[in-house]
Amino acid sequence: MAMTMHVDIVSAESEIFSGTAEMLVAPAKMGEVGIMPRHTPMLTPLKPGEIRVIKEGGEEETFYVSGGMLEVQPHTVTVLSDTALRAHDLDEAAALAAKTEAEQAMKDKKTDMDYARAQAELAEAVAQLQTIQRLRKKQGR
Amino acid sequence: MASGKEIRTQIKSIQNTQKITRAMEMVAASKMRKAQDRMAASRPYSDKMHNVIGHLAYAHSEYQHTFMQEREVKRIGFIIVSTDRGLCGGLNNNMFRQLVRDMKEWSDKGAEIELCTIGQKAMQFFKRLGGNITAQTTHIGDSPGITDIIGAVKVMLDAYNGGQIDRLFLVYNRFVNTMTQQSTVEQLLPIPKAELDEELRHHWDYIYEPDASEVLDGLLARYIESLVYQGVVENIACEQAARMVAMKAASDNAGGLIDELQLAYNKARQAAITQELSEIISGASAV
Repeated sequence: MAMTMHVDIVSAESEIFSGTAEMLVAPAKMGEVGIMPRHTPMLTPLKPGEIRVIKEGGEEETFYVSGGMLEVQPHTVTVLSDTALRAHDLDEAAALAAKTEAEQAMKDKKTDMDYARAQAELAEAVAQLQTIQRLRKKQGR
Repeated sequence: MASGKEIRTQIKSIQNTQKITRAMEMVAASKMRKAQDRMAASRPYSDKMHNVIGHLAYAHSEYQHTFMQEREVKRIGFIIVSTDRGLCGGLNNNMFRQLVRDMKEWSDKGAEIELCTIGQKAMQFFKRLGGNITAQTTHIGDSPGITDIIGAVKVMLDAYNGGQIDRLFLVYNRFVNTMTQQSTVEQLLPIPKAELDEELRHHWDYIYEPDASEVLDGLLARYIESLVYQGVVENIACEQAARMVAMKAASDNAGGLIDELQLAYNKARQAAITQELSEIISGASAV
């Protein structure tokens, strides 16, 4: 019987594959790699492409990944696949958006303060009204 | 004493409120179940990621990434995960109270604080408090993707890389069960060392392709993102659970109020009937 290793393919939002395999072929950043059991430890990013898992008995299964990370230990292989489209520029843009949003919100301070003041005034008015009503009721009795 | 009609309108209005709170309770219950599923679905990824990072800490690499190095703490960053909407009991406020206490401890030690908020409530709270918010994300909805948080997290990671902050914490509510949510402050950076694994004690290192710095940059950023994502997903489950409990309490209270008012109403009605009867009898006997 051929030697096997444990293969896990996961993405941030779900588990994709978990089981034993004889070989795994993945699109690493520097070119396609084939991993067999007892491979030396390795870490590499993945390109978008397909991952082929050759399971025990030669049955093959393929998965598509849009990128991610591959970790190899002698008896386990882990694929951490990305669900989001990643690129340096895209990440940069997202970071910028988060920053400007914060700045905008900080600038809106004044309107928020006005709102808070209005809320406090309203609460006071309601309390006054309630007291007046209570007094009226007492006198009416 | 209030008249019968007054009490009746009051009962009606409380019944209407009760209908709303009961509906919200049921909506929260079904959303909570979905949020729990999502939490379970994202767990394998963060577990595996955790394993890989654990291995990495014991690889005898020549390259030391900044995320692993301890620095003197002058400025710290917090990523605060909160809800977008209210009506979920004391969930957010309990967390903020604990956080403010933590922040005070740090600033007593002379550290400056930078904040990154996820969710509307944290934004509003810390804006009023006058916190230094450098990044924020709101309206992530009930089913967030990792894309929703990448930007905000990257701002903080860049700040760490650039030396603007020396330590980074994640603050969120941990989902224990439906009744219990625990506000948690977790250190993200520098990455805390895991316990030593016997198997990995010998001297070894990974092959990095193309090179160590590039691989680790990508991997560690994903690791932090996955931790934050897990925090966001758990916080959503907490939000729904807390809302469900709060709305159940509100419905129960409304029920109690209605019972009391009903009693008062019946008493008023009886008193009115008794009075009328005694008037008729006294009138008849006078004739």
